[in-house]
Amino acid sequence: MTTATVRSRTAAPAERLPGAWGLGMRRGGLEIRQFFRQRDQVVFSFCFPVVFLFLFASIFRDGVPGTGVNASQLYVPAMMASGIMSTSFQSLGISIAVERDEKVLRRLGGTPMPPSAYFLGKIWLVLFTGVVETAILLLVGTTLYDVDLPTDASRWFDFAWIFVLGLTGCALLGIAISSVPRSAKSASSVVVLPFLVLQFISGVYISIDTIPDWMLNIGALFPLKWLCQGLRGVFLPDSAKVLEQAGSWEFGKVALVLAAWCVGGLVLCLLTFRWKDRRTG
Amino acid sequence: MTAHAYELAVDVRGLRKRYGDVTAVDGVDLGIRRGEVFGLLGPNGAGKSTTVEIIQGNRSRDGGEVSVLGSDPVASTRAWRSRVGIVWQDESAPAELTVRETVRHFARYYPRPRDPEEVIRLVGLEAKADSRIKALSGGQRRRLDVALGVIGDPELLLLDEPTTGFDPAARRQFWDLIRLLAGEGTTILLTTHYLEEAEALADRLAIVSRGRVVAEGEPAALRGRHGTEATVEWTEPDGVTRTERTHTPTRTVAELTRRFDGEIPGLRVTRPTLEDVYLRLTGQEDAR
Repeated sequence: MTTATVRSRTAAPAERLPGAWGLGMRRGGLEIRQFFRQRDQVVFSFCFPVVFLFLFASIFRDGVPGTGVNASQLYVPAMMASGIMSTSFQSLGISIAVERDEKVLRRLGGTPMPPSAYFLGKIWLVLFTGVVETAILLLVGTTLYDVDLPTDASRWFDFAWIFVLGLTGCALLGIAISSVPRSAKSASSVVVLPFLVLQFISGVYISIDTIPDWMLNIGALFPLKWLCQGLRGVFLPDSAKVLEQAGSWEFGKVALVLAAWCVGGLVLCLLTFRWKDRRTG
Repeated sequence: MTAHAYELAVDVRGLRKRYGDVTAVDGVDLGIRRGEVFGLLGPNGAGKSTTVEIIQGNRSRDGGEVSVLGSDPVASTRAWRSRVGIVWQDESAPAELTVRETVRHFARYYPRPRDPEEVIRLVGLEAKADSRIKALSGGQRRRLDVALGVIGDPELLLLDEPTTGFDPAARRQFWDLIRLLAGEGTTILLTTHYLEEAEALADRLAIVSRGRVVAEGEPAALRGRHGTEATVEWTEPDGVTRTERTHTPTRTVAELTRRFDGEIPGLRVTRPTLEDVYLRLTGQEDAR
């Protein structure tokens, strides 16, 4: 069966491989399509932070002395931050571990698609789901719990960069942690525990003025604390600054830490990302 | 001289791989020429898949030299991966997408892909093109795996037990596809447990047992070299079946013809099949 027409591709050098950015966009479209075809996942992942907001903000309603806000209002930005982290960190950490276990990733690794296109696709996915999630929480917050939308453009601008930086940083951290679980079965416990702990020490469930300083300082190493703080700055009146550890919203520091997590997270992903599970050495 | 920088599409020398205390591959040498279909045969656990995974660039090795399309697969680049098509033994594609969406999307990864519609037709999935992958049968999924392996129009196609789970008709269709790709000049490395498949498709074969290549060559030559003896079987007048292994079966039959003076009851003359050769070489003769 040996034929004379043996192919020689080496004769055609510098073949153009498709670019990572364009492939990332296409992967993003595909990821979003896949996500919405799994209806149970869609409903539950969107409902989770909304249900928590409803529970916390309805149970704790008292005014916080000297701040001009009540507990319900404090929970709105807190749950938005938590929602951003759950759509990015938690959902990616678990779903990528499952994709790795089911060998979807191994197949991708055998193609010429660059890993950065895969990461970009995941970030498009979480940007999309994160916007939808945040919009729902904002709708609930403004209609049920007296949170006012910002009136000046600069606050909306702050909201935009806090959202994008926070989401991207958490997404990259999620991609990185997906390499930790040994199998799909252990993925949700490995990812949920640190997320839960972070929510307690970053001021999501418990107001930051009641959390011990040493815990807050640990929380301050991770993006969630800064995401919460930035969103409080956007959605709460300035009178509520007194609750903060530093007594101010510290937007500059928020930007710095979140941006650092985007860069550090990307480096971490590129260093640790594996197409295969650990058993295949 | 030839224009090719390398004569062998796959050149493996002294390949070794251990898993803990178990030596899976123990000094394998393989040379696969450009444009040929090469079959790698062997029982489960013989080291076939490990060898193929090392060739794919998906597994590290403990010793030996490996060159695939002129490069070491350990340091595979995007350009190299665009020239190698892989069909794994146990695969999984995104279940929520349709066949057409998946094949079209994978085509985007390659610099010079085949036409997705043509590939869907080639693997016989045109009737299922708009079905979600999760709704496909096992054999149909396998065909999708093959479609994704060839969508980039690879120079080298690595198939690890591609027809496991196929019904006989699907297997024949798959063979036609492999012959078509081979006719276009694609180099193909195929592992299989099915001897008839290896015999039908492969230009050359290697039989692997306990991590070593125990025989290599064209299927007919393997059969000839390792099985020149024929077996003559007949029934004696007292009803007892006798067999005789001989290099000269015609002479044995002639002698029997004289003895029985005409028809020989229950006469059968058999040459060893590739399967007999295979079972003997892999030390599984008793399994028959």
